[in-house]
Amino acid sequence: MKVWRGGASGSFQSFEVPRQPSQTVLDVVTHIQRHLDPTLSYRFACRVGMCGSCAMTVNGKPRWTCRTHVDKVAAGGRLEISPLANLPVVKDLVADMREFFDKWARARGQFTPTTTRADEFAIVDPASAKRREADAGIECIGCGVCYAACDVVKWNPDYLGPAALNRAWTLMNDARDGAKTARLAAVAGDAGCHSCHTMMSCTEHCPKHLSPTRSISGLKRMTWRLGEAGE
Amino acid sequence: MNARRLWIAQRLTAMVLAACVFVHLATIIYAVRGGLTAAEVLARTRGSIAWAAFYGVFVIAAAIHGGIGLRAIAIEWLAMRRSAGWLALVVATLLLVLGLRAVAAVIA
Repeated sequence: MKVWRGGASGSFQSFEVPRQPSQTVLDVVTHIQRHLDPTLSYRFACRVGMCGSCAMTVNGKPRWTCRTHVDKVAAGGRLEISPLANLPVVKDLVADMREFFDKWARARGQFTPTTTRADEFAIVDPASAKRREADAGIECIGCGVCYAACDVVKWNPDYLGPAALNRAWTLMNDARDGAKTARLAAVAGDAGCHSCHTMMSCTEHCPKHLSPTRSISGLKRMTWRLGEAGE
Repeated sequence: MNARRLWIAQRLTAMVLAACVFVHLATIIYAVRGGLTAAEVLARTRGSIAWAAFYGVFVIAAAIHGGIGLRAIAIEWLAMRRSAGWLALVVATLLLVLGLRAVAAVIA
C-alpha cells in the first residue's frame, strides 16, 4: 500500500501490511503507525463511525476509514491513502479542517434562539413538513467527505460547500430559529447555493446517506420565494 | 446584477428555451419534408410577425442563458472573479446582435 507523507509537496511512501479478516482501512493505517513507522500522523477518535474525524482519500475516493473494509476497496490488494482533498495538508494524512468549519460559520450555521430559558418549551410537531425537511439533513457529523468530493469547491475556493449549506438548510426549517433572513442572504450568491451544479458527488459519497444536493436545491427555491430578503 | 438574480434569469430563460427548441425542431422536421430550399424558408418567414416574435424571443433567451452559463464557467475554470461578469456581458451582447441580425435578415 501507499501512504501520503509530508505536507502539500510530499509524496507517497510504500508499506507492506498483513491482511486480516474484517480489517478496516483505519486498522491498516494504525498498523503502520504502531509497527512500521511511529512518525505517521493521522486523525481518528471513535473507530465506529460516530465522530467523523478519520475521513481520508482511499484509492481516490473520500471515505471514513473506520467504516471502510479493505476487502471492499483494495482491488488486487492495493491501497493508496492520502488526506482529504480540497483542504490544506498539515502532515501525512491530516488535513487542515479550519476552512471547512469556518464556512459553517459563514453560512450562518449557528442556531439563533428566539426565546429565553424563562419561556415555555417550543412545541414542534415531528410530522410537520418543515421538521421532516430539517430531520432529513440533521444527522451530519461534519466529517468533510462531501466537501472533499465536491468539484465546485475545487474550482471555486470561496464556495461554502455541501456540509455548510446542508446545515443552513436544517436551520431554515427550524421553527425556533430567528436568523432566517440573514442566513438566506449568507447562503445566496456565487459562494453559496447558486453555484451548485447538482452533480450530486456529495450525495453519492456521504457516509450517512444524506442528500446535501436536496438541501441546496431547497435553499435555491427559498431564495427565489423570499425575493430581496435572499440578497 | 447579483448571483441570485442571474440564477433566476437563467432558470426562467431555460424554460423559454425548452419551449422554443421544441417548436424549432418540430418546424425543421415539418419543413424538410420533400427537400429544403432557401426560397421555401423565406416564403414562410418573410413579413411574418409571428416568426419574427418567436425567433426574437428565442435569440434574447439564448443570449441571456448562454451569457450567464459562460460567466459560471469563467469563474470556475478560468479563476475569473469580477471580470467574469464583463466577459459574459460581451458574449451575450454579441449573441444578441448576431442573432437579431439573422432574424431581421429572414423576416425583412
